[in-house]
Amino acid sequence: MDFGYSLSPSSRIDLDLFDRNRFNTLAEIEPDVLKCMACGSCTATCTAGKYAKNSLRSAILYLQNGQDKQALEYLKPCMLCGKCFMVCPRGINTRHLILSILKIYNNAK
Amino acid sequence: MIYEGKQKIWSEYQKEIPEDHYFYVRSCIRQSFFPASEKVFLDITRNRLHKDFFETEHHTTCGGIAYHSDAIPQETSMTIIARQFALMHKYGYENYVCSCITSFGLYTETLETWREFPELEEKIKENLWESCKLEFAKPKYLAHASDLIYKYRNLIASQAKFKLIEKKSGRPLRVVEHIGCHYAKMFPSRGVGGAEYPYVLAGMIEAWGGEVIDYPERRHCCGFGFRQYLIKSNRGYSLSNTHKKFESMEPFKPDMIITNCPGCPYFLDRWQYVISEMEGKTYGENGHGIPVFTYEEVAGLVMGYDPWDLGLQVHQVGVEPLLDKMGIPYDPEKKYKGINNKDLGRPELPTCACL
Amino acid sequence: MNKNVMVIGGGPCGLEASAQLHKMGYNVILIEKEKQLGGHLAKWDRLFPEGIEAKEVLQPLVDNINGVKYFLDTEVVSINLLDKEYNVILSNGITVLSKAVLMTSGFDLFPAEKKEEYGYGIYDRVITNADLEKFFATGKDPRVVENPKRIGFVHCVGSRDEKAGNRYCSKVCCATAVKQACEMKALFPDAEIFCFYMDLRMFGRGYEDMYLKAQKDYGIRFIRGRVSEVSETLEKQVLVKAEDTLSGKPLKVTLDLLVLMAGMQNAKSGIRIGEMISMKRSDDGFFTTKGSILSLQECDKAGIFYAGACTGPKTLPDTLNEARAAAVSIHNYFNKEN
Repeated sequence: MDFGYSLSPSSRIDLDLFDRNRFNTLAEIEPDVLKCMACGSCTATCTAGKYAKNSLRSAILYLQNGQDKQALEYLKPCMLCGKCFMVCPRGINTRHLILSILKIYNNAK
Repeated sequence: MIYEGKQKIWSEYQKEIPEDHYFYVRSCIRQSFFPASEKVFLDITRNRLHKDFFETEHHTTCGGIAYHSDAIPQETSMTIIARQFALMHKYGYENYVCSCITSFGLYTETLETWREFPELEEKIKENLWESCKLEFAKPKYLAHASDLIYKYRNLIASQAKFKLIEKKSGRPLRVVEHIGCHYAKMFPSRGVGGAEYPYVLAGMIEAWGGEVIDYPERRHCCGFGFRQYLIKSNRGYSLSNTHKKFESMEPFKPDMIITNCPGCPYFLDRWQYVISEMEGKTYGENGHGIPVFTYEEVAGLVMGYDPWDLGLQVHQVGVEPLLDKMGIPYDPEKKYKGINNKDLGRPELPTCACL
Repeated sequence: MNKNVMVIGGGPCGLEASAQLHKMGYNVILIEKEKQLGGHLAKWDRLFPEGIEAKEVLQPLVDNINGVKYFLDTEVVSINLLDKEYNVILSNGITVLSKAVLMTSGFDLFPAEKKEEYGYGIYDRVITNADLEKFFATGKDPRVVENPKRIGFVHCVGSRDEKAGNRYCSKVCCATAVKQACEMKALFPDAEIFCFYMDLRMFGRGYEDMYLKAQKDYGIRFIRGRVSEVSETLEKQVLVKAEDTLSGKPLKVTLDLLVLMAGMQNAKSGIRIGEMISMKRSDDGFFTTKGSILSLQECDKAGIFYAGACTGPKTLPDTLNEARAAAVSIHNYFNKEN
C-alpha cells in the first residue's frame, strides 16, 4: 500500500558484511594496502581528483568497510599518472596497488 | 549479561518516591490513543491501593507538543507549567505526578532551568500573576506516573490475578520495555535506573513474573520524534526508526512490549501495521504483530480488569494472543462494543498485523 | 638533623626514587598500601613498544632498593608539618619525622563501568586493558571466548571525556592498545581486530614503528571514531556502534570481545593523603607542581615532592626519569637547608 512515504535507506557501514577473503587476496599481493594511514596526500595531489570523484584514500577505506562498489567508483577516473606515488609518505606503490584492486575487485562477480 | 552489574547501576539511580498524596495531571494525547490508561491508573491507585490522587478539570496541556515542534517559545511553555504547579498548590498538594513522559521531561527541564537562572523564574512568576492571578509554587516532588506504578509494583503483584507468564507452560513472558526518551535521557538521575539501563518498567516486569529482553536497539527512539512524524515528508524517517527497533528485537521473540510514554506505544503499535502493509513483514508469532501496551494497561491486566474495559480493542495489533497466553478470559463478542453496548465499528483493513 | 625521606607509594616510581635516594645516603622509608611492591607494573604482562616482559623491568627495580626500609600493607594515617619536618603516622603504628616527603602515589585506572554505555560489568564480552594483561599473564578469563573471530579495542575510555570528568589524554592508552591488539592477533591469528581511536598518539620512540607493524604485519584495522554505545546480541556477542569519521558514515560491527582502554586518573589513595595537608590539585585532578617546566618535582609546600603519574599521565620511562629527578631535587633541598 502507498502511504506517501517509505522506509529510508540506511547509510550505515556494516562491518559484519566485510568480505575478508577478497581483501586478504589483495593484501597478499599488495601488502602495502595495509600501510595507508589516511593522510590524504594522494587525494590532495591527484590530477583527476579535482574534476572527478577520484581518491585512493577513499577507495582503500571503502574496501575496508566492505563497500567494494563504492571503492571502484573512487578509482574509475584514475589515469595512472603516478603523482600519488610521489607523495605517499609511507611509500606505497600506488599505481601497482590501483591496478591490483581493479584486477581483484573487477573480476569478481 | 551479568545481572549483578545491572543491579549495581540500578542501585545508583534510585529515587525517593513519596508514598502518597499526589496532584495528577493527564496527557493531552493519551486519552485518544489509549483511552483507558489514565482512568485505570486512577482506579488502581485510588480504589485498589487506597492512595490519594487528586485531579482537577482546570489543568491543561503542558505545551510540550507545541514546544518540541518549535511552535511556542520556552517562556510560554514555562508559564503554562507555572500555572499547573500553581493549581497543585491551590488544592493543597506538594507532590506532582504527570501521565505523560514529554510533560515529565519538560517539567524537569523547566525546574532545572529555574534553578540555573533564577531571574527567569522571577519573570515567569510575573507572567503567571499577570495572566492568571495565581500564586507561584513549585512541587516538592515531581514524579512520572510510571514511577508510581513502579513504586507500587509489589503491592500490585500481591493483588495479582494474572502474571506475565504463559499459563500453559509456566514460561515467563519475554517482554520488551521501551522507555520514552524524555524520561531519563535528558536528566539520567531523574529516572529510576538511569538512562542506559532504566529500571522503571523492568522492575514492574520482574515483579509481575515476566522476563526483560535486552536487545541491541533498546535505547533507540520509537520513531515519533515530533517533527519527524508530524511532517509528512519526514514520516518515512520516523517509520525507519521504528523498523530498526523491530528488526533488532525480532530474534529475541518478544511476547509483548511495554512502554511508559504517550507516543511510543502508539508508534510501535501503528507502525507495525504500516510495515506489514509496505514490506509484508510482521514481527510476532503466526503472522501477527507484537502486542504493545502502556504500563497502566499491563497493571490492569495483571489485576484482572476486563481487557475491553482497558481499551485494548483500539490497539492496532490484536492483543488476543497475549491474553490467551496469560490465560485472561475475554468475550470476543464484546470487543467492539462500547458503553451501553454501542457498536464501535470494526477496522476496515484487518491485515495480518491485526486480528 | 636526620636524613629521613618518606616515599609514599611502592610502584616503579617509588622504587626507583628510593633506590637513588638510598645510594645518595638518605634514610628512606618507603610505604606501599598493597601487600606487594610494584604497583600497576606488577599486574601488567608486557610493555610497549618492544613487548618486554613487565617482570623483567620490575625485578631490577625491586632488587635495587636493597637496604631501603619499606613497609607493605601500610597507609598514611596522618601527616602534618611540625616546625620544619613532616610528622607522618603510619597505619602500622610507626611515626616518621621526615624533612622531605616524596609522593609517588601514582594513578588509578579509570573505572570503566562509569561509561555505562560500554556495558563493562554488564555484558559478558567486555573487558578492560588491565583485564587483558591479566589474561595474557594467566591465560584465563571467562569473558575471552575460545576462538574469537572479531575483537575491538576502544581508545580513550575515561580520557578526553569531559562528561566522564577527565578532559585530558591519558597518554599511554594508544600505545597500549596497539601493543595489545598485536598480541591478540598473535594469539588468535584468525581474528579480525579493530581499534577505535579519535587520534592516534604515537609520540614515543619506536611507537610509530609499532603502529606500522600493527597495520602491516598484524592487519589491525584502525577506525577513526569513538565507540558511542555497546549492546548485547542474542548470541551474547557485543554490537558496537561508532562513526567511521573518515567516510563520515555510522558504522556497526558485532564482536566476540571488546577491550576498553581505561585511562589514568590521580590515585584516590594519593588524593586522600594530599588532602590532609592541602596539596593543591589542578582541574584535571592531578597534583599541581610548583612550575610547569622547571620545577616539576616540587610542590609549592616546602619539603613535598612529586614523581610519576600523580602529577599527570606518564609512560613508565617518563615515570622512572621523574623518580631520578625527584631524588636530585630532594638532595638539593637538603643541601640548601643545611
